[in-house]
Amino acid sequence: MPLTLADAAADAEGAQDYLWTLNFGPQHPATHTTLRLILKLDGERIVDAIPDLGYLHSGFEKLGEHLDYNQYVTVTDRMNYISPMANNVAWHHSVETLLGIELTPRCKYIRTIIAELARISDHLLSTGAIGLDVGAFTFFLYAFYQREKIYDIFESLCGARFTNSYTRVGGVMHDITPITITKIREFVNDFPRTIDDMERLLNRNRIFVDRTKDVGLLSKEAAINRSCSGPVARASGVARDLRKDEPYLAYEDFDFQVCCSTAGDCFARYYVRMAEMRESLKIVAQAVENIPAGPVNVGLDERTTLPSKQQVYQTIEGTITHFELVMANRGFEVPQEETYAAVEAPNGELGFYLVGDGSDVAYRARCRPPSFIHFATFPDLIRGHTLSDVVAVLGSLNIIAAELDR
Amino acid sequence: MAVRPEVIAALESQFAGIAPSEFRGQTRVTVPAAQLLDVLTTLKQTHDFDLLVDVTCVDYLNYRDATNRFGVAYLLANTTTAERLTIRVMLDEPNPAVSSVVSLWEGANWLEREVWDMFGIHFEGHPDLRRILLPDEFTAHPLRKDYPLQGRGERHNFPVLTRGEG
Amino acid sequence: MAIEELPENVVVSKLDELASWCRKNSLWPMPFATACCGIELMATGASRHDLARFGAEVFRFSPRQCDLMIVAGRVVMKMLPVLQRIWQQMHEPKWCISMGACASTGGVFDTYSVVQGIDRFIPVDMYIPGCPPRPEQLIQGIIDLQDKIQLEGTVGGREFDLRARQQRKRSLVELPIVKTSGLILPR
Repeated sequence: MPLTLADAAADAEGAQDYLWTLNFGPQHPATHTTLRLILKLDGERIVDAIPDLGYLHSGFEKLGEHLDYNQYVTVTDRMNYISPMANNVAWHHSVETLLGIELTPRCKYIRTIIAELARISDHLLSTGAIGLDVGAFTFFLYAFYQREKIYDIFESLCGARFTNSYTRVGGVMHDITPITITKIREFVNDFPRTIDDMERLLNRNRIFVDRTKDVGLLSKEAAINRSCSGPVARASGVARDLRKDEPYLAYEDFDFQVCCSTAGDCFARYYVRMAEMRESLKIVAQAVENIPAGPVNVGLDERTTLPSKQQVYQTIEGTITHFELVMANRGFEVPQEETYAAVEAPNGELGFYLVGDGSDVAYRARCRPPSFIHFATFPDLIRGHTLSDVVAVLGSLNIIAAELDR
Repeated sequence: MAVRPEVIAALESQFAGIAPSEFRGQTRVTVPAAQLLDVLTTLKQTHDFDLLVDVTCVDYLNYRDATNRFGVAYLLANTTTAERLTIRVMLDEPNPAVSSVVSLWEGANWLEREVWDMFGIHFEGHPDLRRILLPDEFTAHPLRKDYPLQGRGERHNFPVLTRGEG
Repeated sequence: MAIEELPENVVVSKLDELASWCRKNSLWPMPFATACCGIELMATGASRHDLARFGAEVFRFSPRQCDLMIVAGRVVMKMLPVLQRIWQQMHEPKWCISMGACASTGGVFDTYSVVQGIDRFIPVDMYIPGCPPRPEQLIQGIIDLQDKIQLEGTVGGREFDLRARQQRKRSLVELPIVKTSGLILPR
């Protein structure tokens, strides 16, 4: 029986009065954003932890029932805000599954590239944050500088550096340009040096290793039983990666490994993320040199993708298609059905359970949030460890509050 | 990945009243609420669906041709073969309730709490069924279709601080 | 006897202005980072944009040590009492920056749980538009706030007693509860 808030209050007066109750959050630097933990301490040892969440619950799923399939992508940006592009890809992957749209090969490659760049930027911040929390500030600065480079790539790709909203139903906002490709090539060349530096900073750093090894152990059985996915599950030995298991986009074409570890502690989760960055970089390097020619969006006569501005202004078909798609109830032909489609987001399996009702607005847009599911394991991971391990465990799970609470 | 047909055939022979369907290569099975726990236990123990991907709910209030108010969906996956299966349970007002699956998957704990919070579906046998995202004093279940997007004024119900009171 | 000629290294000023000058160049921000804007706030503090150039880099997470609260991100029902409590824990003189569309107006989140602008419940000195604002915008916001601080402060803090500053802002007037058929059209 897990502890509740009322129990915590009652115990404070009761028999267990040697236990000390500590309120951690909701405004605390190591929570990165907003979540609250009520810790029961015996000295410095944690006897139990009660997570209290909802401090950033902003009604994403309700909003999904009122914005159409193209508009909602802006809201998904703000869901896991350290890798918005991955959310864009996940959302429109689900929408296209519901609508039954097959993307063009070029679009698949572009989406693969941006999803992998988003994975790198996500892992940079999450590993950087573990470093920051356990005292390695330089590591964070190294990581954040490379994130700025990825921001630059995204900025030249779509005009926004952070909240990109780049994908559209059946395509992307606009085609990739040679300048962006040059920037990606530069990044592919430069980044391995930084990641070598980052690994040299922490992998054998005595303080870091001591603070993360054997802390927050998650066994393979517990990881599956607790519905974990992504790096958290892979660090516990669950070799499950949707990019390999159910290949979507263009992942079948590339040579890459699924990174796993069997230790299941904080260090393993950090290590898996570092290794995944190298694999993602391999995918980007292969993809950017092999982008197929051809149209980027699904054709105009398919009536699914918003036409480019040139087509809208200069051709009558483009104008008509544009108007029909943005007018209420004239847009997409949506089946009255339900589908679930997921992608391997940086944080784990990010999927959307969509219910279509024939109109161009989803009847229900349920997001399967990896952070929410990973955070549920937190009390088990921290029990028995010391107070200073809280930040290491939180950092290694990479809890993003907007995805946690939605 | 779609489910092997023999799994569905085995389910149909073992349980009465289940309705499988398929759309875009995804297999869904609707089961009566009373049999939910048995079906999920069979799937987990016999057919190796070891991962509970998600628990979610849909409110079919104004949905065309809908006969039931709520549909709770359990998304399952097999980590070895990468099969996916959706189990759906149809519920009705008043007092929509279904048995909890926390005994099978611990991960269902928070997912079911969220469904309770958002839709007011009662999970029988859940160890700790409290609100999870919204404050405890909240009375409505906001993802129900009869709850307005902008709420009923809860978001403005706070005292105002001015400069002088700082 | 008046001094006939001042040496070059002597500056004459009012004590009030000196106090304001000191305050504006040593802002200690309290990052109340709730969502996406918090990441841009981190980017502002990190190496490329380097907020230290403007004398506001000493981020302190304890409200009692800070004099500038940067509310970065949306504030929801459950969080607002926490925000108010933290605001009350800060000592005068103190300022508040509302960073981004969500903190200022609710942004795209016109939903049941998001507070539609923190200025309904706490006083705000500077609003920064953007979703999220770029680091350059945040830096500009801080510079503008510094100008504002230079203009208004006194050593004794008399300005906080003024009636005008205690008056409720226009947006604090009780608003009718918005119907569903507001901004977003019914389907």
